[in-house]
Amino acid sequence: MKRCYQGDSRRSFLVKSSAALAFYLTPSLLAKAVNVSTVIPQPIAKEKLKITINNKVLDLEIDPRTSLLNLLREQLGFTGTKKGCEMGQCGACIVHVDGKKTNSCISLALSNNNKSITTVEGLAKGEELHPMQKAFLKHDSFQCGYCTSGQIMSAIACVREGHTKSRNEIKDFMSGNICRCGAYQNIVDAITEVATSKQKI
Amino acid sequence: MLESLHSLNLLADEERVDGADKVSGKSKYTAEHIIPNIAYGLFVCSTIAKGTIKKLDTSKALAAPGVLDVIYYENCPSVPGYISDAALRPKNTSEWKGFKVLYDNQVRFFGQPIALLLADSLENANAALRLVKAEYEVAPFETDFNKARLDATKLTNTQVYKRGKEKMCKEAPFFVEGEYSIPIEVHNPMEMHATIAVWEGDDKLTVYDKSQGPKSTQFTISRTFGIPDKNVRIIVENVGGAFGNALRSWLHVPAACIAAKKLNRPVKVLLTRPQMFTLVGYRPHSWQKIGVGADATGKLLGISHEAISNTSRYEDFKEGIVNVSKFLYSCENVDTKYSLLPLDVSTPTWMRGPGEATGSFGLETALDELAHKLKMDPIELRIKNFSEINQENKMPFSTNFLKDCYQYGIDKIGWKNRSMIPGKVKENGWLVGYGMAVGVFGANKGSASVRAVFNKDGSLVLESAVSDMGPGTPTAMTKIAASVLQMSAQKIKFKLGDSDLPPGPTQGGSGTTSSLGSAVDLICNNIIKELKKLAIQFAPSFKAITEDTIEIKNDLVQSKIGTEKISLQELFQLAGKSNIDLTVTSTGNGAQPLKYATNSFSAHFVKVLVHPQKGTIDIQHIVSTGDAGKIISENTARSQMLGGVVGGIGMAMSEQVEWDHTSGQIINASFGGYQVPRHKNIPNTDVWFVNKPDPYINSIGAKGLGEIAYIGLASAISNALFNATGKRVRDLPITPQKLGFKASS
Repeated sequence: MKRCYQGDSRRSFLVKSSAALAFYLTPSLLAKAVNVSTVIPQPIAKEKLKITINNKVLDLEIDPRTSLLNLLREQLGFTGTKKGCEMGQCGACIVHVDGKKTNSCISLALSNNNKSITTVEGLAKGEELHPMQKAFLKHDSFQCGYCTSGQIMSAIACVREGHTKSRNEIKDFMSGNICRCGAYQNIVDAITEVATSKQKI
Repeated sequence: MLESLHSLNLLADEERVDGADKVSGKSKYTAEHIIPNIAYGLFVCSTIAKGTIKKLDTSKALAAPGVLDVIYYENCPSVPGYISDAALRPKNTSEWKGFKVLYDNQVRFFGQPIALLLADSLENANAALRLVKAEYEVAPFETDFNKARLDATKLTNTQVYKRGKEKMCKEAPFFVEGEYSIPIEVHNPMEMHATIAVWEGDDKLTVYDKSQGPKSTQFTISRTFGIPDKNVRIIVENVGGAFGNALRSWLHVPAACIAAKKLNRPVKVLLTRPQMFTLVGYRPHSWQKIGVGADATGKLLGISHEAISNTSRYEDFKEGIVNVSKFLYSCENVDTKYSLLPLDVSTPTWMRGPGEATGSFGLETALDELAHKLKMDPIELRIKNFSEINQENKMPFSTNFLKDCYQYGIDKIGWKNRSMIPGKVKENGWLVGYGMAVGVFGANKGSASVRAVFNKDGSLVLESAVSDMGPGTPTAMTKIAASVLQMSAQKIKFKLGDSDLPPGPTQGGSGTTSSLGSAVDLICNNIIKELKKLAIQFAPSFKAITEDTIEIKNDLVQSKIGTEKISLQELFQLAGKSNIDLTVTSTGNGAQPLKYATNSFSAHFVKVLVHPQKGTIDIQHIVSTGDAGKIISENTARSQMLGGVVGGIGMAMSEQVEWDHTSGQIINASFGGYQVPRHKNIPNTDVWFVNKPDPYINSIGAKGLGEIAYIGLASAISNALFNATGKRVRDLPITPQKLGFKASS
């Protein structure tokens, strides 16, 4: 049986540690606290990155501070991968890195040197949608569509890694992906259908 | 004139028309438009809650690589709409409503933008943000709602309502009274707000924006900057959720326009997730005191509903917290009182179900408490006080099928297993509770315009300046058009998200399907009329046929009784036309006196399990039923109800902004701190619609359901938890600790 609301020990922790959290959430305050504000950043030399995106090898020169997510969205035009929090807390940015699901917002682009990235744009074969995309369409597993890319990337990982023995197991695996429109039940329906179809995805 | 209902033979449901793009990552959301030479704008935010900026040092930031400018009150170009004095303001401008960003050196809430930093890349912008240094003179501030509301002198804008005898509930033989509170909740759509501004001349501007109403955003910007409406184009191809927080333009919208003009370069202003908690509205903190009284048979004798909700110090925001108490249940004596409490925080706004969801948590829980005192089934209590008329304005409800909802819910949730005595039912050692509550919201029809171009190849393009935050407006509109014209949905394209299109309604208040759907129905029927006329005029075989015996089906114009038929292609050729191009406006129902009160209704049923020692709460099953008139698109309507359930679970169980009142700041402004429902929190949910058309609201019989999906849900959960444990929690969110269980380690 799933245990949903185990209590508010986390909440009281948050209240107690309010000051620490405030620093984390307020960059300028943090800056003041550790006194880094006097250091003016110098122009940063670009660094080389060899990365495969959706089976295409790219040789790039990038600002080393660039996250994988910002590289995809702002520089390479792969806007199918979404930005929802930039803290690794919502799952909207999930891509596959060498087949493993990864929050691209908290992954430095350079740490993916020589790695292969699959984004939502890389799932379909031409006009033919991936079985998970088809299942999401069929079960209306989204409303606004913004969390959908991340949900689909996680859903594929969920099936590939075999976490589909029960609806609760699927829910546990998928709980890193927030859907604010609340399409959760339809998402689990889509994953269940793909999992039970036994097709290789 | 009200349009009369006609039978709309809906075709079978299909997948969302924009679904393939959404699952493929092709749908473009605001921040994703690729504009050459774009500059990135990020806000520097205040680290005090109230006071004056004595000095803002931008020199270090300006020296950092890639930084283009730092705009703040000392170097911000003048904005016509920022001028308060109408006499001094240029013609064709209106005063900007809300916070005037980058305008003065005053700080009004913690996290308020005090400067906009612009750089040539996101990385350079982020790195330079911390180099902007502010020196403040701090002023005393107040952010603690619970403390401040106790001082009556701080309350403003008090509105009272009275029908019959005031406080009559207290004289009733059976009387309950309780205080209910709901903390600040934040919409937090997955897509964060962003605005891209591109000036194409001194008085011409294109803005990509996250907006629930392209036309209202266009109007706001044109009036703020004093340029003609037609020179402002708003693009909103897709909206990644909003739930009310994109109903108005917030401060980042003018900031992007100001910066793009100052830099003479396109600017993209992005909000961060923490900024989503302070800069784009939230459901206000509220306190309610509700008393309900009845006689021994359960007949309501009086309702008293008092409410306070917070607003900011610089703007009043009021919503319908006490509204439902006035009109839903049969009761002669009702009094309400609603006041605002200004605090040193940013301005709240409508969040899904808005004030009605807040108020219904109180009212529907109070009724559950009354039923318990009466030893009466809570559904029976509601049926006992069922009203055929709106009790406030005395007009009959156009339709009210709540009793059908009750019946379905009773069967589906297994209500017969509920005990009137809390804590009596157990399953595998867990306490079992059943609860229900009602939701109601105004069903409206506003004005909407739509253009249709029906081509000789039988394809149809519909256009309206609306946006879709997720319910599936293009899908529903396409289905209406396909059903009226008896044609394949594949041949229909619904264009939206561009203020250059004919004015459509703002998507909010559950009104889009009713308003825009009526316009689409009207224009498609006009196309049919036009085709019939063309056939009679130009097709020789149709000369002697009357319009009422002609039908349009599958690209053919044909006689219903004879054998005459002509393809669209041929007909257009004979008529020498390549298309039929029409634009219609369907007027809103506010234009004439109404004879009926039009409302949508819902009833939510919940089964919970609670561990008798640990207090672990497991919401096991939810049945959500709705009377939303005719359901146009069952697939997307069901999804909307499922979404309302998820939202309601968040409201009941976890969503709460937490404060550090010593500094006046929110301390959980992230998805790590602010807990929204996730996959594992969502139970098996059944959705059911009455699906009977409303004969009075519009021509298609649809009432709307975005709000009723949500309203009442939190109370239904709370009532189920009372039934399981015998403990009543009146302040949300509900935790095992509030139910009396010890904190688990």
